[in-house]
Amino acid sequence: MSNLKRTSFVDITDVVCPMTFVKAKIAMEELEAGEILEIKMNEGEPILNVPRSFKEEGHKVLDVINNGDGTFTVFVEKGE
Amino acid sequence: MANVDYKELKKGGFMKQVDKDRFSLRLRIVGGQIKSEQLAKINEIAQKYGAGYVHMTARQGIEIPFIKLQDIEVVKEELAKAGLQPGACGPRVRTITACQGSAICPSGLINTTELAKEFDERYYARELPHKFKIGITGCRNNCLKAEENDIGVKGGMMPTWMEHKCIYCGLCEAVCPVKVIQVKKQERQLFFNEKNCIYCGKCVKVCPTSAWEGKSGFVVYFGGLFGNKISIGKQLFPIIFSKEVLHKIIEETLMFFEERGKAGERFGTTLDRVGWDLLKNRLMELLESEEEFS
Repeated sequence: MSNLKRTSFVDITDVVCPMTFVKAKIAMEELEAGEILEIKMNEGEPILNVPRSFKEEGHKVLDVINNGDGTFTVFVEKGE
Repeated sequence: MANVDYKELKKGGFMKQVDKDRFSLRLRIVGGQIKSEQLAKINEIAQKYGAGYVHMTARQGIEIPFIKLQDIEVVKEELAKAGLQPGACGPRVRTITACQGSAICPSGLINTTELAKEFDERYYARELPHKFKIGITGCRNNCLKAEENDIGVKGGMMPTWMEHKCIYCGLCEAVCPVKVIQVKKQERQLFFNEKNCIYCGKCVKVCPTSAWEGKSGFVVYFGGLFGNKISIGKQLFPIIFSKEVLHKIIEETLMFFEERGKAGERFGTTLDRVGWDLLKNRLMELLESEEEFS
């Protein structure tokens, strides 16, 4: 469990690249700067690329939880 | 058409076809890139002197088939107008291949395009006992298959952890393919087993706070073959960081092959015959004198 309080949640384990980032990005667009999006994603390509793409777009990864079942939960704060 | 020196033509990139007095013209391409105006010239030549198509070779080259013997000189002149040249065949250093590297690809760790140009200027078409292939790939994803080449260069990255920037989010641990990073969030501690790091640079690329800093370098493979005989290129020493040292390594390796190789024998086969340690010791000596491993 993370101590962070999410504003919104999106599960992207049901899509594959490049839809993983697209789905997460659309969810992020609903948020205001400073709010936190919680994203559930698969290990492998999504955990490598989705947080990195958010970084490139000016958002900030705060915490990563390994769910131990081949998925990760990532908390991302929306940038300005 | 008597007295045709096929060997000389082949040396200059004109490959004899099955069709009488027709040649497939190989072009000099560097790192898989060509300017659009050069492509237009190739189009023009293929239509006027060829059969209206080009062949893309297995190693990022372009060939224009069906060039007539009597047109060879005029085709060369046409190519020169666009800054193009026939490529190299036979026992020499062949096309320098490269992926798009760090200039374009988000995964890239080294500037492969720039390196390919330097390799082309320094080593292209150099005469050796047999064909010699050099390829450059930007990272461990290995899109350019470094180990298939006589010399393969692969981009790598040595990470250093900056404690004061770390927020202990655990993303680096999640992406590390060899599990050498361990983050203890509650204790605000991070353990990095540098000895087993494979220099993939993923921790550096993902870190949200740039708490991992990376130093780009080159992992070099020797003696790869992927033709009649198949063998995977071998790494003989750890990652190196200086481009000038990389050039010295390549010069030394080409010299070694020239001295030790038999005509018609690929580099990997030479190494099997004379012993890999002979090359390894010579390169290690060079690296130590360069203080690359100090």
